[in-house]
Amino acid sequence: MSYVRPKFRHPLLPTNDLGYTASDYEGSLSTLCAGCGHDSISAAIVQACFEMNIEPHKVAKLSGIGCSSKTPAYFLGQSHGFNTVHGRMPSVATGANLANRDLIYLGVSGDGDTASIGMGQFVHAVRRNLNMVYIVMNNGCYGLTKGQDSATADRGSKSKAGSVNPFESIDLCGLALELGATFVGQSFSGDKTQLIPLIKAAMNHIGFAFLNVISPCVTFNNNVGSTKSYDYVRQHMEATSTMDFVPMQTEITATYDAGTDAAITLHDGSLVHLHKLAEGWDPSNRMSAIQALQHARNDAKVLTGLIYYGATDTELHEVLNTSDRPLNSLKENELCPGKAKLEEINKGLR
Amino acid sequence: MQPTNTKDPEYYHKVVDCQYACPAHTPVPEYIRLIAAEKYTEAYIVNWESNVFPGVLGRTCDRPCEPACRRVRVEEEPVAICRLKRVAADHKGDVSEYIPVGPFPPNGKKVALIGGGPASLTVARDLAPLGYEIHLFDEQPAGGGMMRTQIPSFRLPASVLDEEVGHILNMGIHTQFLSYVDSLRSVIDKDYDAIFVGTGAPRGRNLNIPGRDEAAKNIHVGIEWLQSVAFEHINKIGKRVIVLGGGNTAMDCCRTARRLGGEQVKVLVRSPFAEMKASPWEKEDAMHEDIPIMDNHVPVEFVVENGTLKGMMFEKVHPVYDEKGKRSLVPTGEPHVFVEADDVLIAIGQENSFPWIERDLGMEFDKWDMPVVDAVTYQSTIPRVFFGGDAAFGPKNIITAVAQAHSAAISIDLFCKGASLNERPHPMVNLVSQKMGIHEWSYDSMVTVDKRFVVPQADKKLTLSNRKIEVELGFDALTAWKEAERCLNCDVQTVFREPLCIECDACVDICPTSCITFTENGDEADLRTRLKAPAINLSQALLVSDILPTKRVMVKDEDVCLHCGLCAERCPTAAWDMQLYTYNTAKAGA
Repeated sequence: MSYVRPKFRHPLLPTNDLGYTASDYEGSLSTLCAGCGHDSISAAIVQACFEMNIEPHKVAKLSGIGCSSKTPAYFLGQSHGFNTVHGRMPSVATGANLANRDLIYLGVSGDGDTASIGMGQFVHAVRRNLNMVYIVMNNGCYGLTKGQDSATADRGSKSKAGSVNPFESIDLCGLALELGATFVGQSFSGDKTQLIPLIKAAMNHIGFAFLNVISPCVTFNNNVGSTKSYDYVRQHMEATSTMDFVPMQTEITATYDAGTDAAITLHDGSLVHLHKLAEGWDPSNRMSAIQALQHARNDAKVLTGLIYYGATDTELHEVLNTSDRPLNSLKENELCPGKAKLEEINKGLR
Repeated sequence: MQPTNTKDPEYYHKVVDCQYACPAHTPVPEYIRLIAAEKYTEAYIVNWESNVFPGVLGRTCDRPCEPACRRVRVEEEPVAICRLKRVAADHKGDVSEYIPVGPFPPNGKKVALIGGGPASLTVARDLAPLGYEIHLFDEQPAGGGMMRTQIPSFRLPASVLDEEVGHILNMGIHTQFLSYVDSLRSVIDKDYDAIFVGTGAPRGRNLNIPGRDEAAKNIHVGIEWLQSVAFEHINKIGKRVIVLGGGNTAMDCCRTARRLGGEQVKVLVRSPFAEMKASPWEKEDAMHEDIPIMDNHVPVEFVVENGTLKGMMFEKVHPVYDEKGKRSLVPTGEPHVFVEADDVLIAIGQENSFPWIERDLGMEFDKWDMPVVDAVTYQSTIPRVFFGGDAAFGPKNIITAVAQAHSAAISIDLFCKGASLNERPHPMVNLVSQKMGIHEWSYDSMVTVDKRFVVPQADKKLTLSNRKIEVELGFDALTAWKEAERCLNCDVQTVFREPLCIECDACVDICPTSCITFTENGDEADLRTRLKAPAINLSQALLVSDILPTKRVMVKDEDVCLHCGLCAERCPTAAWDMQLYTYNTAKAGA
């Protein structure tokens, strides 16, 4: 197997405002199975960061354990990284985020790492509105241990060995909505035209941005009867809308139709334009989003695109009223108020 | 766009840029892999089959393959294809078991070859094993033509030439050296079934400006002078020498002059340096031997005093280009430049010349008084007379002469069998998967970043002292291996089979040079702008698939594909496969 990608790149690769090409955002060569959906998501993250002119050292990528959680080795090779214990990525992300709010936190997890062993951690990160992007690479099976059904495998879905899953699946998007996530999206690894703008918008969002990305396991869950296969997802995908991400500085040139289009303004002035909205769906209405998810479930559809967006300024740092600056930049005189101040406090307590 | 027709043998052939650019279509990557595997004899034979003179061409070829090399498009320098060919020749073992040896069962047909250069020798090699009785006529004492008379020994040792000419003459060719054919009629009147004219472009162009006749003793036409040196009729020249001209003959003249006593040898050329006809490496070699090249100098007169040549007067010019890009050389108005010289060599071009072909034979001549020759069959208007090499369409180079001679040999064979010359044999092509295991290929798919290695040269003091000492030493085996590893194996094709594709994007994500895109179909101009990286090199094709289940097409820009095989390695369904494409041009008798 080739573990090294040739060094040569296309001589005409476009550069972004920082002078980087997309290849500057690559990591090492993937060791996942050929055709794994996770590699496409990695590529989408690379492309999104390139297009958003993100300085690689401003990103911290965190993951747990699993095929999905290996991927941070395969993108953003120049960024900070932390591969945590199984299911414990949210608590490490919380700690890192509280210590340094200046970084962009990109959590990568899988359906096992999130919906089983890490469920307890996941739900608390959501309800605290931790300012991070949380991507679940969801293949509905345990790929590292030969493809057993995971907690997100749909009821009735057939495994490669032929057994039918008798249990109800956990709908991660529904759960995130329930717990008050302020940005919820669902996508498919095989649809980069949708996935890249979703990642860009999620990275621009302040607060907890959740992306559930269906990512077929080519080795164990791409068979007929599986509801997470390339063919099944393509046949059952239904988009809430098509979307463009418009960065703040960019002139808006596209035309939009009133009635079927909508625009969402992100905190920094960037816009997300949604076209061909699904009927009866309002991206800023949580009830409507929950309903849309339920309808899709009833119709055996995979609802993709932006599902809910709620503007917020109360991410965890705001709630806890923490330091504006990273802890590592605070000097001793700022951290230790001194003896006089201590006396004063003590006096106030007597 | 319509799906690419990869059944057309020329589609994948074009992807192998070097082989496609070679007039003889030598399978370059094939022999480079053999060199990397230390199979020098086999590498030599792959060359010999195709270009007949690997040892000669490995030193002297004009290398049309190298500017075409894909490596130029991803880094700076092409693979040293030509010098690797020499490696095969230098390091080969016994080739006799691979080379056909006569006597061959005769087929009763007789062919006359006029001229003993690369074209005629190629025809001889192609036809002799088929049983033709070959009679070769040349005015020189030995075979090789311009390879012997015009290429100096310090570039091409006589031993190398003798060996390769010998391979052919030993096939039982009836040679008549030292016999100048002064009448085509006399040859036609004999009972040859076919006649091949490979007489080259033997006339060096003269320069008729004032003083030419007075100083004739010290003014020489380049190719005639080189020939006299080669046959040792001339062994010295004056200390101050002017060489006129900017082609490879001028470079050979000036470097030979340095070895025959020329101390201040200068090349003066009308055109700007960058537009000189000489190959860049030949200019470099000349300058390395302390020969200045003075460009934009137009000769005005030979300065003669008391019957002795004193030097030459030049007018300085500069190039002016009109809107069509056509160049004219306009005087700068500066005073004329006088350059001292004891001898002048004129190397300003050469021409075909057929004083020995009677004009009443019924052979048609064109308005430049050149015989009319068919560009495919190389047949003249006298059906059994064929042309090839410089004699056919003017001076080019050895590899072109060889390629033309292969075609002429096919025509002669068809003609002697009474078959139609226009129903030509097809190339032999094949496509074979290189998959060895899940992630293993039977070719070395790793792409090295090594820069081109420089061929070592012998000490200048030594080489300038003796015109027979070869300047270039050739690669040693280790350097040759490293240089061979630079080859991108462009003949291992990325073959795409759309029924197997599940559109997982793995190939798109892994491709290091962003060659692959899945997108909505469009016309070519539109598609070229919508790919992952712009496809502006119009000389390189797009590989377009049929419509896929998502209504998109797969488009691969062939331009900078590294043939690293990662697309096929990352493909879960083997919709991509790496397949070795073999393309062998047809040969006479096929």
